[in-house]
Amino acid sequence: MRKIKPSLEPILWLHFSGGGALAAMAMPVLIVLFGLAFPLGWIETPTHERLLSLLRNPIARVTGFVLCSLSLIHAAHRLRYTLYDGLQIKHLNEMVNTLGYGGAVVGSLWAAYVFFLKV
Amino acid sequence: VSVTPGYTPYHPRWLRPRVSTYWWLSSGSYLAFILREISSVFVAWFVVYLLMLVSAVSDGPAAYQDFLRWSGRPLVLLLNAVTLVFVVFHAITWFNLAPQAMVIKMGKTRVPGILIAGSNYAGWFVVSAVLAWLLLGRG
Repeated sequence: MRKIKPSLEPILWLHFSGGGALAAMAMPVLIVLFGLAFPLGWIETPTHERLLSLLRNPIARVTGFVLCSLSLIHAAHRLRYTLYDGLQIKHLNEMVNTLGYGGAVVGSLWAAYVFFLKV
Repeated sequence: VSVTPGYTPYHPRWLRPRVSTYWWLSSGSYLAFILREISSVFVAWFVVYLLMLVSAVSDGPAAYQDFLRWSGRPLVLLLNAVTLVFVVFHAITWFNLAPQAMVIKMGKTRVPGILIAGSNYAGWFVVSAVLAWLLLGRG
């Protein structure tokens, strides 16, 4: 029987699609509000008190962390293949992977710190 | 197959026409593909922006006001406007692809793609409405 080499790929693809779906569902409204509507004064900015109490809700902590972490893994995975296909930089594969997934791990740790310890 | 096999009498070099690095500029659908993939950079940027916001909120009202002032700078606004375009492009292409990626069967018949894409769009609407309601609602 042929031995199947265990691979990280299926797990990466699973995170890729989870992160892609979450980013697609949750990010546009957040960009509209926090990126444009609040800074431009279209809508009144939520008070500090309100945001803090929202963020301290356990569901918000978990959701925020999962959104950030999975979106970063999604982005790293997608960028890896874009650089691979688009620019054909196969010789830089290792560096792209290290920087991409490394960045996603560092970002996830940052998100865990911010959502679970800092807020 | 290695990238550049050396020439030997028994194993001649593969015929592989070189593809230009800019192959994706040659057709509209290739360009759309690369732009869709580039959306990942903007997704990553917005995660950073979100974490900066949450960080500022947890540092107190003064830090939150500083963040709001910074977010109103023209360059940050421009970056976020571009981010919005790319992330919405990501969302639309993602939901339109969902029927191809998910094959759901009811009994023996396959659920039509338009229902799967439609439920994704409905989910998008509900998530957006709930987030907006949480952030903007009174009380």
